[in-house]
Amino acid sequence: MATFKFELVSPERILFSGEIISVIVPSAEGEMTVLAGHAPLVATLKAGIVFVQTTDQNGKEFFVNGGLVEVNHASTTILAEQGRFIEDVDTAVLDAEILAAETRLAGSHSEDEKKRLADTLVQLQEFKHVFEQRNAA
Amino acid sequence: MPSLKDLRNRIASVKATQKITKAMQMVAAAKLRRAQSAAEAARPYAERMETVLANLASGVTGSSAPRLIAGTGSDKVHLLLVCTAERGLCGAFNSSIARLARDKANALKADGKTVKIICVGKKGYDILRRQFASEIIEFIDLREFKQVGFVNAEAIAQNVLLRFENGEFDVATLFFSRFRSVIAQIPTAQRIIPAEIPEGTKQTDAVYDYEPEESEILETLLPRNLTVQILRALLENAASEQGARMSAMDSATRNAGEMIKKQTTLYNRSRQAMITKELIEIISGAEAL
Repeated sequence: MATFKFELVSPERILFSGEIISVIVPSAEGEMTVLAGHAPLVATLKAGIVFVQTTDQNGKEFFVNGGLVEVNHASTTILAEQGRFIEDVDTAVLDAEILAAETRLAGSHSEDEKKRLADTLVQLQEFKHVFEQRNAA
Repeated sequence: MPSLKDLRNRIASVKATQKITKAMQMVAAAKLRRAQSAAEAARPYAERMETVLANLASGVTGSSAPRLIAGTGSDKVHLLLVCTAERGLCGAFNSSIARLARDKANALKADGKTVKIICVGKKGYDILRRQFASEIIEFIDLREFKQVGFVNAEAIAQNVLLRFENGEFDVATLFFSRFRSVIAQIPTAQRIIPAEIPEGTKQTDAVYDYEPEESEILETLLPRNLTVQILRALLENAASEQGARMSAMDSATRNAGEMIKKQTTLYNRSRQAMITKELIEIISGAEAL
């Protein structure tokens, strides 16, 4: 399988860096899969799971909340506003994130900002729902 | 000539000081390791961000470009965001950042520009307040936070953005100390508004697809970039502070050691002189009989 260089970076650290087969990205306008040789692209992200396929059998999952993905010929980079290993995520973490988003929404002044934060909040709530279902299954 | 008791006291107090500086050095060394790894971990994100931004920004020019890239069109009012430490006893760390900011402020004033200053960190505020009391518009205290993080940077960025939108300034410059190594911290001035697009970072000439629109991405990316740059400055500063403190305390410990050695020699000499004097007195007393 053709591989390509992929990096997942959050402001605090590099979560993943290496050669991979494919990555599924929760872009703001729907999930998409990036394979080697994908056309150059820049897209914003919503709250969701990034699935990285490292080999035919193995994959890794990460939780990201906002940010953006840049795909170019050489490599693919995700700049996540927040990123965690999926093992570190549970309902309590998500609840804390939702609470933080709510507080910021209440405290924001500009209209654009409010709209953006409201979007984030909805995405987070949606994701929490999906996450709970996934765990139940 | 100090008495023997004076000398003993002096040696004891220098020894106590040496113990303190030694402890501070070791604490700084331990903290440095964490601060340094935090600063180094934050670098890739900020660098990638710059690359993406450079790629994006080269696409937008002219009047359509957002004000955070293009600026307001004038450069009358300058905002200096001066980040320093909350604590002293770290060598020239605080004063070198403050000096850089002061020189810049004086140069701008000489050009007839208006200068406004926001101080992050108590030490810089203490230094700058003497000369620029009327220019300082805000003082942000980070004393209560043990480890500065994303939240702090975001709060500062929001503050700056709000002021920018209200038209309080045209150009913003960030002052901090870049961490090179334990013995080298470089005070740095970085223009953050309008965003400084570094030359030569543009990697590809590829035409990107944008999802959603290019302008929309830029709109969310630019404030984000501001936060990231401020975060990086804070983290670099934290590492630099510990590095500076470590080397300052190391030399303080060494100086204390030297002083103890000198004082001990002096103490022993005067003790011997005293014994000799007493012996002479006794002998000459015996001879006189």
